[in-house]
Amino acid sequence: MEKPILSVRNLNIKFNLRGRTLHALRDVSLDLYKGESLAIVGESGSGKSVFVKSFMGLLDANGWVDSGEILYNGEDLTGYKKEKQWLGVRGKQIAMVLQDPMTSLNPLKTIGAQIMEAIELHQGLHGEEAREEMLSVLTDVGITEPERRAKQYPHEFSGGMRQRVVIAIAVACRPQILICDEPTTALDVTIQAQILSLIRQLKQKYNLTTIYITHDLGVVANVADRIAVMYAGDIVEIGLCEEVFYDSRHPYTWALLSSLPQLGVKGEPLYSIHGTPPNLFNEVKGDAFAPRNPQALKIDFVKRPPYFEVSPTHKARTWLLDPRAPKIEPPEAVRKLATEGVKGYA
Amino acid sequence: MPENKELLLAMPENKEVLLSVRNMSICFGKGKNLFKAVKNVSFDIFKGETFGLVGESGSGKTTIGRAIIRINPTTSGDVIFKGQKINGKISRELDRKVTREIQMIFQDPMASLNERAKVDYIVSEGLLNGEKISEKVRRDRVEKALSEVGLLPEFASRFPHEFSGGQRQRIGVARALIMQPDFIIADEPISALDVSIRAQVLNLLSVLQKERGLTYLFISHDLSVMRFICDRIAVIHKGVLVELAETEKLFAHPLHPYTRALLSAIPLPDPAREKNKVLEVYDPTQHDYSFDQPKWVEIEKGHMVWGNEKELAKYREMLKA
Ligand SMILES: Nc1ncnc2c1ncn2[C@@H]1O[C@H](COP(=O)(O)OP(=O)(O)OP(=O)(O)O)[C@@H](O)[C@H]1O
Ligand SMILES: Nc1ncnc2c1ncn2[C@@H]1O[C@H](COP(=O)(O)OP(=O)(O)OP(=O)(O)O)[C@@H](O)[C@H]1O
Ligand SMILES: [Mg+2]
Ligand SMILES: [Mg+2]
Repeated sequence: MEKPILSVRNLNIKFNLRGRTLHALRDVSLDLYKGESLAIVGESGSGKSVFVKSFMGLLDANGWVDSGEILYNGEDLTGYKKEKQWLGVRGKQIAMVLQDPMTSLNPLKTIGAQIMEAIELHQGLHGEEAREEMLSVLTDVGITEPERRAKQYPHEFSGGMRQRVVIAIAVACRPQILICDEPTTALDVTIQAQILSLIRQLKQKYNLTTIYITHDLGVVANVADRIAVMYAGDIVEIGLCEEVFYDSRHPYTWALLSSLPQLGVKGEPLYSIHGTPPNLFNEVKGDAFAPRNPQALKIDFVKRPPYFEVSPTHKARTWLLDPRAPKIEPPEAVRKLATEGVKGYA
Repeated sequence: MPENKELLLAMPENKEVLLSVRNMSICFGKGKNLFKAVKNVSFDIFKGETFGLVGESGSGKTTIGRAIIRINPTTSGDVIFKGQKINGKISRELDRKVTREIQMIFQDPMASLNERAKVDYIVSEGLLNGEKISEKVRRDRVEKALSEVGLLPEFASRFPHEFSGGQRQRIGVARALIMQPDFIIADEPISALDVSIRAQVLNLLSVLQKERGLTYLFISHDLSVMRFICDRIAVIHKGVLVELAETEKLFAHPLHPYTRALLSAIPLPDPAREKNKVLEVYDPTQHDYSFDQPKWVEIEKGHMVWGNEKELAKYREMLKA
């Protein structure tokens, strides 16, 4: 890891919904290092998408950065007021691949035309040069017969191929950072594996920094150098991939890992987190996960925990790491993950 | 203790067949546009089991489910439910029975619920086509179905968009349960949900199975989940069943190269394994079926595979090793 390419400092993001204010991100900080692959995991509604959208000026119109900084190349992106300023970042510097490739493609234009457009806009190439680059990008993402394929429309492609095209367009812009929000959820495992290995190759070829958002912890184990775990608008734990899988410290991370079907015992109920996440219209007190944590400490309901360092690369926001806290062991399933791992197939 | 548990988990020797599919084919379109979505598929589902159907997108899983509940017509072959043929032309009486006893939970909880109807109507819609019942009985049954899936009675007066993904999926389950079916086809019931809600829905399905002796056809492409809940799994590739076995047997001794590719691609939540894993890639051109034609064969007890004589000989060697 080198120096940070992107630094987020104490970011607070709010939304206005029918006159009420929802506090979606609560004082989040993060350093993203050049060339790394960061995975963001966490419950539905915890703020993963809002967080990365804020790097590209893509928050919905009813949302705003309330305070904090997003430093990219020494510049604070939260100061951008005009759409024109964002156009210099969006796609060019930071590109995004979304869950449903159909929403990112224009059904009325050929695949080739859409990739050419991106190349002309971002690389300044034109005519024959742009066309050649387009064909080479299609080859890059593993589409055979690019000449014929370029003339086709999105509906003539399968789901996996469409997702490759969206990645092709994102990469054609030669961004520094590639964000993938649930890039493979709609795909089956063999195609998912191909797309993940494609992103990995492109990452090496172009020295990309990548951020993955996914609910699939198997995918996380595959792609991540580092993992950030989000809960209720906050990063509650962050560390190297191995640190989070094998030595997690926050009770929410424990609960998340325990719900994995791979750690369940057949014929017995699967672990599930009871209750619901906090209502972000109200002010969250203490540790946001406390009401759902059967082993919560008294202080968890009163005071928000700071980050405690587990290693120079690993920290977690939980009072359990305070030297005065009682010793609470992670659940058995989580310990087993560290000692035995999960079963694959023979 | 462990011995005891194994006994309980083992399948009884005399399994009662609830549903049989025999040589079923399903085509869409005509003439030049004829497309064979399902090709000569045969399998049995036993009473009380969870039978999994896995395969890539577009392989025909949903089409098979829809054919069983008579939404899609079959082109050839038989579907036998409790000993009676239920595909093709059947009596109105039998059609009613099938409509009540077999229910389907649909793939996308966001798209499959009627947005403009209240939960009350959505859940009891299936009762409207059956025998006449009083308004009070209808309400009672809605309330009961909602409580069985862990939703409050007052939710009946709300609209679908006012629920979270997991709650919406429960509404889909309640809608199936109210018919008091014996057999439920669950089409990707959890793929749209996050990890913790997914666990809730899976637990709910398994509790209902225990309490009511329900039988499930569970359609999915998440093999980790299927390994956890399915008794047996069938693998489908481009409309052809290529392998079927008890779950752990399939994971321990996958024979068909497509099954092997599928299993090797499962992402494991364990970085040490995941970062060093070797993918097996399936190349369909490896099969030479020009002379030696493939068949659907029971290669060992309860383990079916699709292959020709030469391939079957190889698979037998693999089982010995
Ligand atoms: N336009 C909006 N108006 C109001 N609230 C919003 C808006 N967009 C997001 N939110 C809220 O912000 C919070 C974070 O949402 P976000 O989409 O980032 O969740 P997520 O972690 O990406 O979830 P998922 O895993 O389901 O995609 C949620 O409570 C959500 O309801
Ligand atoms: N009504 C229809 N008319 C024409 N083709 C159809 C129709 N329904 C399905 N098909 C085609 O039949 C094939 C099988 O579709 P099906 O929906 O059964 O796939 P699936 O295995 O359920 O896939 P997924 O995992 O994406 O849900 C696909 O090629 C599909 O395009
Ligand atoms: Mg999201
Ligand atoms: Mg389907």
